[in-house]
Order: sequence, then structure tokens, then C-alpha cells
Amino acid sequence: MAQLMYDKGGRLLFTEEMRQEYTILFPQMLPIHFTMLEKVFRLHGYNAVMLTTNHNGIAQEGLKYVHNDTCYPALLVIGQMMDAIKNGGYDPHKIALMITQTGGGCRASNYIHLLRKALQRAGYEYIPVISLNLSGMEKNPGFKLSLPMILQIVHGIVYGDLIMNLANQCRPYELHKGDTDALVKRWTEDLVKDFERGFRAFRHKHARDVMRRICADFASIPMDRSEPRVRVGVVGEIYVKYSPLGNNNLEAFLQSEDCETVVPGVLDFAMFKCDNRSEDHKLYGGRFAAYTVSNLLKKVCRRYQNDLIEMIGHHDIFRKPCTFDHLKTLVKGYLGYGNKMGEGWLLTGEMLELIDSGTHNIVCTQPFGCLPNHVAGKGMVRPIKQRLPHANIVCIDYDPGATRINQENRIKLMLANARMQAKKATPSVAAGEKEKEPLSV
Amino acid sequence: MRIGIDIGSTTVKVVLVDNDDRVLFRSYERHMSRVREKTAEVLRRLTDMLCGQSVQVAITGSAGLGVAKAAELEFVQEVFATAGAVERFRPETDVVVELGGEDAKIIFLTGGLEERMNGSCAGGTGAFIDQMATLLDVTPTEMDVLAQKHERLYSIASRCGVFAKTDIQPLLNQGARKEDVAASIFQAVVNQTIAGLAQGREIKGTVLFLGGPLFFFRGLQDRFVKTLKLKNGQAVFPEDGDVFVALGAACYAGDHSRSIVFEDLLARIEDASEKSETTNTLPPLFESQEEYAAFSKRHAANCPPPIDVQAYTGDAYLGVDAGSTTTKLVLITPEGGLLYSYYASNKGNPVAVVHEQLYEIHRAFGDRVRIVGSAVTGYGEDLIRHAFSMDEGLVETVAHYRAARHFNPDVDFIIDIGGQDMKCFKIRDGAIDSILLNEACSSGCGSFIETFAKALGYDIAEFSQLGLFAERPVDLGSRCTVFMNSSVKQAQKEGAGVEDISAGLSVSIVKNAIYKVIRAADPSELGQHIVVQGGTFLNDAVLRSFETELGIEVIRPTIAGVMGAYGAALYARDAMTREKGRVSTMLSGEALDAFTYSASTTRCGLCGNRCQLTINRFGGDRKYIAGNRCERPLGKEKKTDTDNLFTWKYHYLRSLHGGENRRGRIGLPMVLNMYEMLPFWHTFFTKLGYEVVLSPESDRELYVSGQYTIPSDTACYPAKLAHGHIEKLIDSGVDAIFYPCMPYNFDEEQGDNHYNCPVVAYYPELLAANVGRLSETTFWTPYCGVHRPKGLSSRLSAFFKEHAGIPSSEVKAAVRAAYKAYESYKAAVRSEGEAMIARARAEHRPIVVLAGRPYHIDPEINHGIHEMIASFGLTVITEDAVSDLAQRPTVHVLNQWMYHSRLYNAAAYVTTQSDMQLIQLVSFGCGIDAITTDEVRRILEENGKLYTQLKIDEIHNLGAVRIRIRSMLAASKARENG
Repeated sequence: MAQLMYDKGGRLLFTEEMRQEYTILFPQMLPIHFTMLEKVFRLHGYNAVMLTTNHNGIAQEGLKYVHNDTCYPALLVIGQMMDAIKNGGYDPHKIALMITQTGGGCRASNYIHLLRKALQRAGYEYIPVISLNLSGMEKNPGFKLSLPMILQIVHGIVYGDLIMNLANQCRPYELHKGDTDALVKRWTEDLVKDFERGFRAFRHKHARDVMRRICADFASIPMDRSEPRVRVGVVGEIYVKYSPLGNNNLEAFLQSEDCETVVPGVLDFAMFKCDNRSEDHKLYGGRFAAYTVSNLLKKVCRRYQNDLIEMIGHHDIFRKPCTFDHLKTLVKGYLGYGNKMGEGWLLTGEMLELIDSGTHNIVCTQPFGCLPNHVAGKGMVRPIKQRLPHANIVCIDYDPGATRINQENRIKLMLANARMQAKKATPSVAAGEKEKEPLSV
Repeated sequence: MRIGIDIGSTTVKVVLVDNDDRVLFRSYERHMSRVREKTAEVLRRLTDMLCGQSVQVAITGSAGLGVAKAAELEFVQEVFATAGAVERFRPETDVVVELGGEDAKIIFLTGGLEERMNGSCAGGTGAFIDQMATLLDVTPTEMDVLAQKHERLYSIASRCGVFAKTDIQPLLNQGARKEDVAASIFQAVVNQTIAGLAQGREIKGTVLFLGGPLFFFRGLQDRFVKTLKLKNGQAVFPEDGDVFVALGAACYAGDHSRSIVFEDLLARIEDASEKSETTNTLPPLFESQEEYAAFSKRHAANCPPPIDVQAYTGDAYLGVDAGSTTTKLVLITPEGGLLYSYYASNKGNPVAVVHEQLYEIHRAFGDRVRIVGSAVTGYGEDLIRHAFSMDEGLVETVAHYRAARHFNPDVDFIIDIGGQDMKCFKIRDGAIDSILLNEACSSGCGSFIETFAKALGYDIAEFSQLGLFAERPVDLGSRCTVFMNSSVKQAQKEGAGVEDISAGLSVSIVKNAIYKVIRAADPSELGQHIVVQGGTFLNDAVLRSFETELGIEVIRPTIAGVMGAYGAALYARDAMTREKGRVSTMLSGEALDAFTYSASTTRCGLCGNRCQLTINRFGGDRKYIAGNRCERPLGKEKKTDTDNLFTWKYHYLRSLHGGENRRGRIGLPMVLNMYEMLPFWHTFFTKLGYEVVLSPESDRELYVSGQYTIPSDTACYPAKLAHGHIEKLIDSGVDAIFYPCMPYNFDEEQGDNHYNCPVVAYYPELLAANVGRLSETTFWTPYCGVHRPKGLSSRLSAFFKEHAGIPSSEVKAAVRAAYKAYESYKAAVRSEGEAMIARARAEHRPIVVLAGRPYHIDPEINHGIHEMIASFGLTVITEDAVSDLAQRPTVHVLNQWMYHSRLYNAAAYVTTQSDMQLIQLVSFGCGIDAITTDEVRRILEENGKLYTQLKIDEIHNLGAVRIRIRSMLAASKARENG
């Protein structure tokens, strides 16, 4: 068994020895992206396992170990991990946990500490926790986020965003139910295999080629696009926005309502976090290092985002996403670029971009009492509607107590408005019927 | 023929209309959770009329979706259905206000169609009215009759039932008239609708009022009309108001639904109820009758010493527990034998109940029993003690411990769940060690299950009995009352029976206690000898769930419901026997006959708090004034004030205004971090030649004036108050309002980083985006990083050059002066704190560090808690007076918010001072404090100090605060003595 080592502050370290023996558990947030992430870790010699459990006991487990007023994602992520330790069939002496840490002024940067406290309370203080971050917080001798790894993770995000984007545009229109999901599965597997080829898989030219093929494959799914579906954008706090566990399977619900969901990708979030650093410098001064990891990363992301947009652009049937830089300009007049805690101005930007690109219907998701979203989410709905009257936004809170029926009822109202707007836009309604003004929530 | 079916959270509405929109049939009935059965039952009544005919059907309503799906019928969202019906039947309408069981909606029709629906934090609805009626011990209809006879209105929070209860309870306990309270409840609903839903849009023109509550309650109609100042004909309460949404569904059906044969419809609905459920379920509470019998027998053994009540002659002690909803009273022998006990609702008038019971005791025992000592505890302690001249008064926690000790001298954990409160305390070395009380938000207590029972048509005993042998209790999780309503709704939708819901509620109360109040991960954290008590534990289903959830056996005394009173009686016995020759002062005989009781209310005008006073008169010239925060209205000389750094800081900051007006008048809103930054900005602007205008002192009226622009109701009260401050500054006609965004704070080098919380950091941007009237003035919200003086200096230079044409040398000088002013303010706070500590020590006063945020010194935010603490003879200082005196403690969280770092440091400092206690003030909805509270608690408790937390919100319930503080004082005293 690996020896337990601590740093000066008493933090349990993940050692080289553990790397050999331990399984690293990490929570899932996005199915496609995180499957690839898992693969990247394995390629680099970490026995990483993504947790995909989704049942009622997870929130209950979280409630036990985390302060109940803590945000819902913390409750779920920690609940999921505790549940895995207790019921996942692992030897608790041979596992480590991994969690992302963004290090901003939002409560989310404290998840890792809350997780450690939970482990302590449950008597698992010997399980090491690895912080996954780009800020150089909490180093571990047995875990290093090397530059190649970072680049590979970026690849995973790019491919994940691309597949998610295209799948959402295909699924509601496919002629044979299941075609899209089968393709998603196939490509995820193929990419994972591709990653095994090592560095060759991460050459820029190769990546462009892969993106081109992905786009072509999705474009060739037999579809009937004659009847456009109501398009609904999903934005919000990053975990509840993406994770089916966090948002009560929101995407599945929207699908069952015959909607086309539009979910902005993770790439923008990564660039947002990098961008914050240079904005901080502009706002508050201080020394500025131009060649930091975050600047480099932003450059790489920008390049791949351009590729992604270009490749999707080859196919007329698909809408292409906009660039991060464009998104950033949309926020002007709503929020300052110094608004960076949580999703900050990016959240407002995503809503504006959706409306800008013709998706007027938006579900803004957040954990109950989410601090940054008071301002950047709910707080921005009024000015958005004032300036863009056709915006149709509903804010939905998620927490262990909120029931699906209440959430769905409010989303249904938003959808009813959306359909009425759509009807108005295509005036095929029987002549003589009074034109109704669209309702807005 | 068209049928519209509206299935709400509590009722089913069905209408049948013909093709000319004539209503042929209508029905409005409570479904008592049997959603599908009830719908089918109502439809069956139409069989004669519709046999063989084809009909068009649409279903609407919050509980209708499931039925519609299962029966494969058309569903229409209810707001949509309403809008359709209004268009057809009431086209002259400008605004629709609809209140349902749990939903509240406003639809604006003219001047830009817009629709609003309450969020997940739902107050001000039918369920709220039901709940409040239960609290007043009347039916909703009776409450309506009462409301129509009101004379005055009280301010009651209606954001959620739990808050309202905390407002109403003290009113009732202090003797406010039920008529006035009833009308105030309706007024609260109106305020909630206007503030929470209309959010700034005026409700004017012809207003159509819909939904059950607005259809049935005249008192509510009245409040709406008066508040909105609607003239004759502008307020429309249609004859179909209760079924209007169903009517809308019928209209929708006419346009959208396929025709089906009536019998087919009926069959579909009936079949739909056969569908199997999908709700999460729990194992049964008891597998068999035998198991239950053994359980009952075990608990029956925990009883007071048996005595012969009929034959007993001699001394007795009286204990009264004047609780929030109930009054408990016991009479015991010196050995603790139970002579008499009483437990009933106080019916809003505990004085009358106790008076009657004293007679009752006399009738039962005549002269063979002599009451030689008495004590009272509970919410109504002061009132009852004064009314009957009782010998002793004690805080509830002490009373409960006294009683529990009687049943198990080794008791180390007590949990008491009553009607409104949940109290848990750990006992260490014979003294109360830590106290946990339910917070305003998680009070899923006894009255909650009772409200549910009544809503479903059962009395509480019957209802809980139903749950004992439920086969599949519903898993409702642990959550607050409002959410629980919707969970139950969801379970009902999925077909759970009343038994399963009853059992599920019992389990959820227990889970709420364990995971939300106690927050235990493991039963062994609680203790080895657990005594459970309080009326709620008399419910066997709750007791059973508690034991199951913890996996251990606990003691529930047979007198679990009257333990507070029992403890009080024991306490009276102890006190009277300790002092030889002491004679009871309690009213008896003639004095009792002469006893009368009346109450009136008035507002104290002696200071800005304007406390609502209740003057209770007990005959003769005996009276008792309640509701006051200080001694002044009692006619006594103003007591020599103890030192209070809260007050000192507040006065210091409020004096920072004015200055020569060379460049204009600049408004600074006194909100959030302005309470820290004011010395900085005040100097900055006066140096620049601005006259500094502060927003006025906060009060309720100021809050209400800004309430209509609050976009996120779940933000903390200090943030929401900002809207009112901005309104007032606009009113004052300043040239510009300055309120910078500050993600970063000063770096005091006490933490890993020095952030502000996201709300403090960015609230100016929220205000800019939501307060429409800001267009009347200039609103400056630049990002300012005070942690980097150089950067700030150049940024502000650029900003004021651009916006006000001020030369940058002037701005830079002003910034330098501002930093100095801030530093000297900090130094002044510290030296003032030091002086106060020194004086306290000279006078042997205990010191309380009331730790929170800088803005907690706002009296509207702290509701005078600091004064109340001081009134116990304590010196009150703030966290920033001592936070630099301690070494930075090790914390197990990311210590990255500056104000919160001060908390940890202050806590660490307090552990080194034997005469100091720390009380943490926490604003409801503060997400960051979900992290800090555990750490502060740990720092204190690891070093043998008590941890006390006070949660504050827009409500002001000083009663609960008083309990905590008295418990803390009692506990720390016991510790000193022990």
C-alpha cells in the first residue's frame, strides 16, 4: 500500500507511488467531453475513471456531508464521489479523487475543500484529492498537468464541442431515430482510439482533418429539415447547464418537447477564464506577463475555435457558432469585463449570442441562490428584454428541493410563448384570426 | 362541446361549454391529493349529459401535465389558457392577477404583453393563506370574515410561509387582535404579488382577478382594490373567477383538440390512474403489528414516577411552557410525579389559556394541593410571567435540559421538535454545550405536518397513524416547507396514496432535523444517550423514522409533549427549595378572580426604530409592554448604555457626508461594502470638491420603495436593500451616484486571497441594469481595485478626466488622501474596540464579538440585535476590532474573501480570551456563509468556546434571537460554574 505523504500545510499528497496503484475518480459533467478527458489521463499513465452514476441517493449523500446552503453542484459532485467510495466497489485505500478548481471569487473554488471536509467526516481522510487547475494551486508529486496534456485536453474540448453542437442540430430532424446518437458514440470511440496514437493525433493538420470528417459524417445523416423545430438555448452555471444529473435531464425534456436545443460549448468558458487575467491587468494594473500559460492556451483555443467554425461553415444546413471575440463584444453595455466570478459576463454573452443568432428562447439554469448568477443571469434578463424584445428567457433554479414538475411547468410556459412567436413569424395561420402579440415570460 | 380541466395543486376545476361559449357545467373541488380519481369522479357526473357525444378536451394546471400525458390528452400551459380566455370573454382587461394554490401569476395585456409567474420560492398563494389560517386556528373562510373587521394592519413578510409565521407568531403571542392579523395576512399576499411579480410594472386600468383565493375571500379582494387604488369598475372579480383557467382550457380545446367520444375520455382518465408510480419510495416504517407493539411498549416505560392523583395531598409546583403555537402546563409533586398536564393550541391567546387552566387546576384539586412554586418558559415567557406573577422564568433550552436529565441523568443529546421550533443541544459535563436551532428556512416542524394533514382533510393524529403501516412511504427528501409542498404535489401526480405521503412527511421531518439542523453525517456524532421530546415526537411515525435513520434506540418520555413545562416545574421546585422561606408570588384566589386581560398596540416614538409595542393590561394598574427593543418605552430611566461598537461605527460612518459643493453633489448609497469603503470615498470626493450625499438610513419603507426592481428574490437582504437606497438617492436629486464594482478588496494579508463576494462585487451592475429610474441621473460604477493603489490611482484619474474633466493630479492627490482616511478609520475602530474591551474588563462585563460583515451594522439589517445583546449587560464589539490581534488560524477551506478572513481571525482571537464570546451574524441567502459558518464553529469549538449563529433576514423576530442569546449566556455561565 502506498505511503501517505503530506505537504507542509498538512495536505495529503498524491504521490508517484499512488499513481502506480491508485484509481483516480472524477465526476462527469459533459458525457462526450469527459469521456475523452478520461482517455487523455489514461494515456499519461493515470488510471482515471469518470463517474457516471445518476440516482436519487447522490443528492442525499451530498446533503449528509455538505452544508445544505452550499450550491447544488457541490452537493451533487461530492455526493456522487461519496456514493462511489461507499458503493462503487473500489478499495477505498486505492483510490484518489480529482476535481477541478478554478480559483475565482465564486464559491466553486471551495469545492475541493468541502470535499476534503466530507472525506474527513466520513472517515476517509486517507483518500487524496487532486486539484485540476491551471493556476498552479496545490501541486502533487504524482500528478502533473504537462503542456502536452493540456493541449490534449483542449483537443478533447474542441472535439466535444463540435460533436455536441452538430448532434444537437441533427437529432430533432433525423429520419431514423437514433442515427445521431449512434454517430456520437462512434466518433467518441474513434477519437479515443485516435488519441492512442499519441502525439501524431494532436497535430494541427490532423485535427483539422478530423473536424472535417466529423462535420461531413453528421451532415450525411438522413434528415428531414422541412419543419423547423423551436430552438431553445441552454445557458447558466456551468455544472447545472451541462450535467444531466444537475439539471434533471433538461436536454431530454426539451427533446421530448420537440425542441432543438442549442448548448454553447466549453471552449468559450476556457477562453473566458484565460481572458480574465488580461482583463484584470487592464482594470487594476500590476505587472503583466504576456507569455503565461493562460495566454498561450487562449491562443490555442482561438485557433481551434476558428477551425471549428470554418469546418461547420462548409455545410449550409448547420448554423455555425460565433467566435469568442465576437461574443465578448456583444456584452458591451450590459456588464463590465471585470465581472468574472463564476461564469461572469460570459453567461450574459451567451444569452446575447443566442438571441443574436436567432435562438430567442433560452433556459437560464442556475443552482438555487447562485451568487454570480444573481447579477450575470437573473439580473441581466430585464435589460436584455428591454433592448431585444423578442427574447424569451426563463430562469430555472436547481436544488435538491426543487421539483421537476415546477421546473417543467415554467419551461412549458416559455415554450408556449416560443411556439406563438414562431407562428407569428410564419403567418400561415387561418386568415382573419387576430394576430396575437407574443407573450414573453 | 368542449371540456376544460384545470388540475391545480389543491383543486380540480372542470367546465363544460357549448359551441357558443355558454357554460353548461362547472365544478371547483379540492382533490385531496387524489388527482386522477377526483377528475374522473367529476367527469362521471357529466355522463347523462354527454353520453355518446363527441367532445374536445384540454387539460391545464400545474398537476395536470402528468394526467394529460398519461391519458394522451391535449395539455395547455395555464398562463396560456388564461390569456386565451381573457381575450375571448374579457377583452377590455388590462391586467390579469391570478392566485392559485401554489402559483401566482400576473399577465399584462395592454402596453406590451408580458406575463410573470412566481419562482421556486413561492409565497403569497392559496397554500400560504391556508397555512396562515391554520396558524390562527380558524378555517380560511373564518379568517376572511375576521379580516373584514380589521382596524389596523401589521407588516408581515409573505415571501414564504415560514417567514410569515415568524412575523405572525410574536404578534399573536403579544396579544395582537386576530382580525388585524388576518387582514395583515391578506395585505402580505397583496404586497408579495405587487413586489414579487409586477416588479416595477404598474398594475393599472381594468384588472381581472382570478383563481380560488381571489374568488372566495372578500378580505383579500378588498386589500387588492385598496392597495392598487382601483376605482369602481376597474377591479373585476368575474363570476367564473374560480374556474376561469379551466374555461381557457376549454377555449383552447375548441381550437386545438381532436374530438373524442365522451366515454373514451372517461376511460382514458380512469385508465390513467392505473398507471404505476415512479416516485422514489422508502421501506415501510413497521413491517408488522407485533413490531409496532414492541416499539410502543419500550417507549411507554419512560414515564414520570407514578402517583395516585386522586389521593394526593400536599405541595405542588407549576410549570408553564408558553410555546409559539401551543401552551403546555404541568403540575407536579416535589418528587416529580405528574398531577396534571395540559397541552393545547394557545389559540393566539396564551394568557386566556393559562388563566383558564389555573381555574381548572383549582376545580380539580380544591385545597388539597397547594402551588408553592411556579416557573414559565417559552416564547410567551415574559407575558405569562408578568400576567400571573410567576416565580421564575427560564429560557426553553434550560427547561428542556432540566426535564431530560430527569429521565436520563447521563443524557448527552436532546432534540425537541415542537410546532415551530426545532431545538437540539449537546450536553457536555452537565452543561449545555452547543445549541442548534432551526433556521428560518428549514423549519419543517410539527405545524407543517399538521397543515398538510388538514389540507388533505385529516386531523393530525389520524393522519400520522395512517403512515405507520404505509407500504411504500414516499421519499420526499429533506427540504423547506414550500418545496415540500411541490414534492408532495409531484408524488400525488405520480399516484402516491395518503398513507405513503403521511409516512414520507414523517421521514422528511426527521431527515430535515438530522441533515439540515443537526447536520450529522453519522449518528455517533450526536451522542450515546439521546432524549427526544416535543409534541412532534409523540407522533410514532416520526419517532420510528428517527430511530431508523440513526440506527439507535432513543428515549421518548411519555410526556414528550410537555417536557418544557415539566422542566420548568422542576426548575421552580429547585429554585424554591434552594431558598429557604421563599414564598410563591403567583396569583391565586381573589387576585386570580380579579384578573382581566386586554391588549392594545401602539408605535413607540422614542427613537428611529419605531418599535411596534403591544401593551398588555392585566387589571388594576398591572401592565406589560412587549415588542420593545430597549427599556425606553417602559418609562424607566434610560439605562446607562453599555459600550457598543456597532452603534459607534454606525454613527461614525453616518457622519461622513457634506463638504463644499464646487463640482456638484455626489450620492453614495449606504449599502453593502460602502459600510467599509465610506471613509475612503468620502475623503476622495470631498477632496475633489464634491458635496457627499449619503442615502438615508435604511428602514422598511425604504426597502419597499425599491422592492419592485429586484430581479433575484433569493439574493441576501443587504443586497436587496440597495434598490431602495438608489431610489432615495435619485429622489434627492444628486448630480451623480457613485457605486463602484469591487471584485477585490484591500489585502489585509489574512487570507489566501482578498476577494469580495460576487454579490458585493457586482451588485452595482445589477442596479444599473434593473433600476429604470437611474436614467434620471448619472450612475458611475467603475471597476476599482483598492488592492493596487497605483493601478487604482491611474484608473480613477482616467475615469474622472473622461467623465468630469478633473485633472489627474487632483484625482491622484484625492486617492492618496482617501487611502490615509481609510487607514485612520481602521485605526479608530481598533482603538475604540480596545478601549471598550478595557472598560468592560474594569467593570467585569462579559464581551461579545458580534461578527458579520461591515454592512451588518445597518440597524435595518441587524434589527437591533446588538442593542438587545447589550441590554443583557454585555459589551458588544465588531469583528474588525479584533481581527488583526490573532495569528491567522489554519482553516480547511479556501480563505479567499477578505471580510470572511476577518471572521476566522476574530474567532481565533476570541478563543484566547476567557471573557469573550463570539456570535456570528449570518444574512439569509448568503452563500459564502454556508462555508464560513462551519469553519468559525470549528475554530471556536475546538478551543472549548460556544458557537452561536444568528440568521437574519428582512423579518425581525427578536424572540428567537433572545432565546439563543439567553441560552448562550446560560450555557457559558454553567460552564464557568461547572
